Amino acid sequence: MSTVANTIGGLSRGPSDLSTVSKAIPDASLRKQYRLDQLFRHATRAFAFLVLALLVGIIVSLVVGSLPALNAFGLKFLVTPHWNPVTEEFGALVPIVGTLVTSLIALLIGIPVSFGIALFLTELSPAWLRRPLGTAIELLAAIPSIIYGMWGLFVFAPAFAEYVQPLLTRTLGAVPLLGRLFQGPPIGIGILTAGLILAIMVIPFIASVMRDVFEIVPAVLKESAYALGSTTWEVVWNVVLPYTKVGVVGGVMLGLGRALGETMAITFVIGNAHRLPSSLMAPGSSIASTLANEFTEAVGDLYFSSLIELGLILFVITFVVLAFSKLLLMRLAKQEGQKT
Amino acid sequence: MSLYTRRLLVNRVNLLVSLLAMVFGLFWLGWILLTLFEAGFTALTPDLFLRTTPPPGSTGGLLNAIAGSLFMAVAGTLLGTPIGIMAGIYLAEFGRRGWLAPVTRFINDILLSAPSIVVGLFIYQAYVVHVRHFSAWAGIMALALIVIPVVIRTTENMLRLVPDSLREAAAALGAPQWKVISLVTVRAAKAGIITGILLAVARISGETAPLLFTALNNQFWSLNMNAPMANLPVVIFQFAMSPYENWQHLAWAGALLITLSVLALNILARVFFRNKTPVY
Repeated sequence: MSTVANTIGGLSRGPSDLSTVSKAIPDASLRKQYRLDQLFRHATRAFAFLVLALLVGIIVSLVVGSLPALNAFGLKFLVTPHWNPVTEEFGALVPIVGTLVTSLIALLIGIPVSFGIALFLTELSPAWLRRPLGTAIELLAAIPSIIYGMWGLFVFAPAFAEYVQPLLTRTLGAVPLLGRLFQGPPIGIGILTAGLILAIMVIPFIASVMRDVFEIVPAVLKESAYALGSTTWEVVWNVVLPYTKVGVVGGVMLGLGRALGETMAITFVIGNAHRLPSSLMAPGSSIASTLANEFTEAVGDLYFSSLIELGLILFVITFVVLAFSKLLLMRLAKQEGQKT
Repeated sequence: MSLYTRRLLVNRVNLLVSLLAMVFGLFWLGWILLTLFEAGFTALTPDLFLRTTPPPGSTGGLLNAIAGSLFMAVAGTLLGTPIGIMAGIYLAEFGRRGWLAPVTRFINDILLSAPSIVVGLFIYQAYVVHVRHFSAWAGIMALALIVIPVVIRTTENMLRLVPDSLREAAAALGAPQWKVISLVTVRAAKAGIITGILLAVARISGETAPLLFTALNNQFWSLNMNAPMANLPVVIFQFAMSPYENWQHLAWAGALLITLSVLALNILARVFFRNKTPVY
């Protein structure tokens, strides 16, 4: 991969020997160009460093901001369900549970649908429809999250309360044990609604990763399976999916990372109640929605720093999930390089 | 039923389900767009672009919010793009050995998907707390921080598509590396880099969460960079959550405006660079 363009860079091994190099290059204009090269390279590198500095800055500022809360509550913060600005008792359990449950619902619905879409786009769709359909699905990701929120609150939630929720309570609600999750008044907003809207929002992310990784499967592998008499479904299930499973999991993790940090859509429809929800129909709150609702109105150092600590928890969770996703996708890219 | 017919049946059923999944995805896009047109179209009057946001109960438009949004999106892009392009150049052109490039690439991809509300918190902690007031500057910084990872990612990807033979040809003619990069490779990748910038603009024009803690909102026309500035997303948030009917109408009109411009930018970006542009 190393280019001839780097030959000039080759002279630059060790920045300290600038004077020797300068002497080695007799021509003054060449020397000038060499210095400009050095300058250019260091300038771009400084900007690359900026990205790392940004990450460090985010972590440091969040940790500093949450120090009062960290000192006051310690690890208990993570498991306390109270959130009381009046008595200054704060715990993150309710928002953490809300964030995790809504994201889980989003994945439960989003994964199969995304798989179906990716399958359709790579194996079924006529070639001329592939681009427009793929773009349409990607446009779902382009719609700003506040639009999902508004639509969810004013259009989806009333329809959901009127038609779907009573149905769910009658059917799934009658199942022993699991049924408890689907009991409760059909008010439209709540954990389940938030999870459903999140599902629509993560579908484009998961589906486009799945489509991209499905496309890297060598045609020879698929053709061999077809030649042995496999149906399209068998090729996808037994050849494409095993070959790309690392990438598929990476895509799912990417979708999870998006779902965890989603703010505005959730703020509109989750109900913003600070108690542990007894059912999926009940209102709850997520980390991001708590921040969006309360941050500008928070009074008192402890309240404020508890909110920042919530932000820190959110950042740490999404960072781990996204790092995991990235590692998996990198592994698939490496494997692709070796096999083809 | 023989094994053969069962396999065919399983195939048919699963492919049908896949088709339904596709319809399921398109259904939501259609429903959301339909709602927006239905609720927002009647509110699209000249007043919307000529008058500022009204108090509850009286008429008005979104002039200050539209202007503020445009201004902050442009300024955020202007601030973030050069940084993103320079870092992208480092990753693509100088990052072939050493530890900095892979680590930066990894971190950048995480920042690309990191929750935007955390960016707002960061700017709040790093800037707003110290100057003690919400301001347009803070909003611009927050938006620039969202632009940077998008631009880095697309710049690097597009520069990598430029064949090495082009770089070698330029170097063989005696061009120093900075000239090779700025006059040959970046120019060859120009369409792709512009696509990335367009996608970044599309991304920040709908962002609400980072602006809540930085630019906040302003009910009046203001060009003061050190004061809160009105912007469409936060106006939509406040107006939609309000009980006043005229505010809710304006919120729908604003939502239609934002969505149309974001979708137009996305489609424009795709037409501009006829290639797969990843959304993530």
